[in-house]
Amino acid sequence: MLSKIQIAQRIAQELQNGWYVNLGIGIPTLVANYIPEGMEVEFQSENGILGMGSFPTEENIDADLVNAGKQTITALPGASYFDSATSFAMIRGQHVQLTVLGAMEVSENGDIANWKIPGKMVKGMGGAMDLVASAENIIVAMMHTNKRGESKILTKCSLPLTGVGCVKKIVTNLAVLEVVKGGFKLLERAPDVSVEDIQKATEGNLIIDGVIPEMRF
Amino acid sequence: MNKVVNNVEEACKGIEDGMTIMLGGFGLCGIPENSISELVKKDVKNLTCISNNAGVDDFGLGLLLQKHQIKKMISSYVGENDEFERQMLSGELEVDLIPQGSLAERCRAGGAGIPAFFTPAGYGTEVAEGKEVREFNGKPHILESALTADFAIVKAWKGDTAGNLIYKATARNFNPMMAMAGKITIAEVEELVPAGELDPNEIHTPGIFVQRIFQGETYEKRIEQRTVTN
Repeated sequence: MLSKIQIAQRIAQELQNGWYVNLGIGIPTLVANYIPEGMEVEFQSENGILGMGSFPTEENIDADLVNAGKQTITALPGASYFDSATSFAMIRGQHVQLTVLGAMEVSENGDIANWKIPGKMVKGMGGAMDLVASAENIIVAMMHTNKRGESKILTKCSLPLTGVGCVKKIVTNLAVLEVVKGGFKLLERAPDVSVEDIQKATEGNLIIDGVIPEMRF
Repeated sequence: MNKVVNNVEEACKGIEDGMTIMLGGFGLCGIPENSISELVKKDVKNLTCISNNAGVDDFGLGLLLQKHQIKKMISSYVGENDEFERQMLSGELEVDLIPQGSLAERCRAGGAGIPAFFTPAGYGTEVAEGKEVREFNGKPHILESALTADFAIVKAWKGDTAGNLIYKATARNFNPMMAMAGKITIAEVEELVPAGELDPNEIHTPGIFVQRIFQGETYEKRIEQRTVTN
């Protein structure tokens, strides 16, 4: 089974040279720490920065420089700042190549729910609805099951949707899945996790084709 | 044209119960701290506030929420504001949650004289309920309308007496669009200089969008998530 850090490490393998990438709050943020050697990617944070760097030192903290998770950050050489309309022009206009975000539920047809549990919790969609509606590549980073052990990979989402038919790939603590016609195609399994384990934790239709390789790090 | 007012009281003159107010900022970054304090002091009520977030429990717009001065919030993210979430779930506070990019564009459209636009964001979700859907290039989009406000209150790093504004880093966020969309736009700045001192090449918000400008007395600039490396 993968730790949250390993999920981020596995997603980092999906990055391609020259990509502009938007990382959501939580596990996705960790992806920035594992860019493959020699690769150039630039991180966009939708509150208004391209070229986001690591966290600052105590001396360099700037209250005016934060990411979409409101964390203090730094700007790399070549960075730029812009307003929110310009930021979402980059997103809606498909100038950002990859979006990585968390989810509460994902369904077989690529629907995603991650902003609201009616009557219980409302965080708001923030930029997630704009991101999922427009991104060419969306990878969901999440745990395979919720805290009660119920599958988050479903035939149909039960929670209010964030977007429809948009998720392409999912990396969980158990597996890498691709959303294809008819269900979730199992691409890879986490170390020491069997296909049966993944099947048990997946409520939606799992498509198993041939021998499923173990993830490599 | 001189847009300078003497202080925050004068800047917020005319803000009354029941008005719609836009407030710049993302989280606590780039919020008009001095004007928010003044709204608390003025005790104006039944406000409709358009702002990406509603501050935290004891800072930013959270201060107005605590005193129940806000009737309705138009935002994209409630986040970690417990009082906001509580008032929303209990029905005390009316909340219109809209996608962040749509919020930014709706403000921009309001200021730019564009009454509505189509966007793919929110199609197939609660956000699309009651909105016109139209296909462009084979993809469904929903119709979103422009937003304007009786007052827009923005915060900039530097400003001049003509109302020209320069923002710093990610404190820019919603401020430029909201400055455009206010019938009256109030700008509070950290540093107010005479017209001519700012380089016209560097201006983010031209003074035409600003009716009142003043230098804020103090800026706490509270940090929401203090993250550091060693």
